[in-house]
Amino acid sequence: MYGRGLTKRFGDFVAVDGIDFAIERGESYGLLGPNGAGKTSTMRMIACMSPVSGGTLRVLGLDPARDGARIRSRIGLVPQEDTLDLELTVLDNLMVYGRYFDMPRRAIRERAEQLLEFTQLTERAHDKVEPLSGGMKRRLTIARSLISDPELLILDEPTTGLDPQARHLLWDRLYRLKQQGVTLVITTHYMDEAEQLCDRLAVMDGGRFAAEGSPRDLIARYATREVLELRFRDADTAAVAGSLEGLVPRLEVLPDRVLLYADDGEETLGRVHGLGLTPDSALVRRSTLEDVFLRLTGRTLVD
Amino acid sequence: MTTTIDTPGGASAPAQHGAPKWVRAMRYWMYQYKRTWRGSITTSFLYPVLYLAAMGIGLGSLVNQHVHGVGGQRRYLDFLAPGLLASTAMQIGGNEAMYPVMAAIKWLRTYFAMLATPLTVIDVLAGHLAWIALRLVMVTSIYLGIMAAFGTVHSVLALVALPVGVLTGLAFAAPIAAFAATQVNDTGFSTIYRFGLIPLFLFSGTFFPISQLPGWLQPVAQVSPLYHGVALCRSLVDGQVTAGPALVHAAFLLVLTAVGFVLAAGTFRRRLVT
Repeated sequence: MYGRGLTKRFGDFVAVDGIDFAIERGESYGLLGPNGAGKTSTMRMIACMSPVSGGTLRVLGLDPARDGARIRSRIGLVPQEDTLDLELTVLDNLMVYGRYFDMPRRAIRERAEQLLEFTQLTERAHDKVEPLSGGMKRRLTIARSLISDPELLILDEPTTGLDPQARHLLWDRLYRLKQQGVTLVITTHYMDEAEQLCDRLAVMDGGRFAAEGSPRDLIARYATREVLELRFRDADTAAVAGSLEGLVPRLEVLPDRVLLYADDGEETLGRVHGLGLTPDSALVRRSTLEDVFLRLTGRTLVD
Repeated sequence: MTTTIDTPGGASAPAQHGAPKWVRAMRYWMYQYKRTWRGSITTSFLYPVLYLAAMGIGLGSLVNQHVHGVGGQRRYLDFLAPGLLASTAMQIGGNEAMYPVMAAIKWLRTYFAMLATPLTVIDVLAGHLAWIALRLVMVTSIYLGIMAAFGTVHSVLALVALPVGVLTGLAFAAPIAAFAATQVNDTGFSTIYRFGLIPLFLFSGTFFPISQLPGWLQPVAQVSPLYHGVALCRSLVDGQVTAGPALVHAAFLLVLTAVGFVLAAGTFRRRLVT
């Protein structure tokens, strides 16, 4: 799958502004970005649910504009908002969906049984969807997206709003799918999710790619190995920060603390003490994708 | 938990046996109906019985005492029953194209679920209208059966009133579905009832011939789709059908259905594919 100069416009508003990417079969690819960065618009184009406004897009080697239905018959979509039928039972939701793909009833039932097991919903098979928890509904949406045995699975914020247990169960399931060779394209707000699941990811901001690479790559490129977080109780953080300039290549002053990006946090802390400064607390931690993300997309709220 | 599933596609890919895609969309509505069919079928029996008993026989006996024949019929019941048949079709067609369409766009988002699969906007629309047609077949056949039990069916041509009832319902369902897809919430629907369906129900020749209306209103009544449905059903049930007017009535309903479908294809696309 690839996109070249892929663009999505809504009237005058440019949601996706000419992005380039290529995703290999069996790869798991993540799109990160703040709200309104263009992730969902991109996903909807890849899922052949939203026409491309400009550029080229090929999915499974086909052109969505010409072969949208054919592509959709080979992919599974987990949309951001569940589109389950709340009044039908869990099993009937799978039956109905499988019938859209024109699978024979018996084949759907067999597959539904496996998938309900896979998503740990077997005991709820004959219950209505409405009273299920958010996590169960999300798992059902994932089970449903797999009913047609897709080669490519598109997941738009699959775990938003779920509790940690449900998230970990979903990660585990997605990881297994990946091992079975399913290509995954995922959007998420959770950096740990991206780190866990994605071979490669792109950070989107304002409809463009701010960076692309493997999680480790991105950390190496846009962050240092470690971060030293300092808090000063009495002193004015900003004033103190002035004297820390030059100690490390990059530092960030927040209202309550100073972040020093360094390859060796302990060594840097030693040099801070050497300056005669005594921070109230000091924490050395490894850099994470979150540091990369915030560096690339800023700390201001977007919406 | 060591369940694995055979993915990705290939050997175990689902067999395709090629049902048309609009049929696949229609199946959804059939699944949904499994939940509500008991109540729905009961209503389909109850309403005709109540209406025909109260208005056809009760009110009808009063009418029959004072006028000798209405619209060429000897009994008021015979005049009323085919009109109610068409009116019921209108109501079912209209209802099914309002809240269910809004639900499928907004509340349950069923259309979006369908569009993530090989189905297209046209399949989604055609499947829904096909389901409405099927509902109309059920309701109209029950109505005809009850009319027969009341002794108001006077010709085998009454069987043709079945497809005419379906067509009357669709002539409302298609344009109303087109409208429903443009609505942000359901307040517009009460306008349709208040200024559309209810006035049509009362003034399209169901309860009295439109020749009773003031002269200036008669041409207005004649462009009411329900008027054409009522007139055609009545002539068929009585076995007094003449080709010319019958064709005009049928053509009017067909054109309205077709125009409604084209409009709905546009409004559905604008709403669902962005």
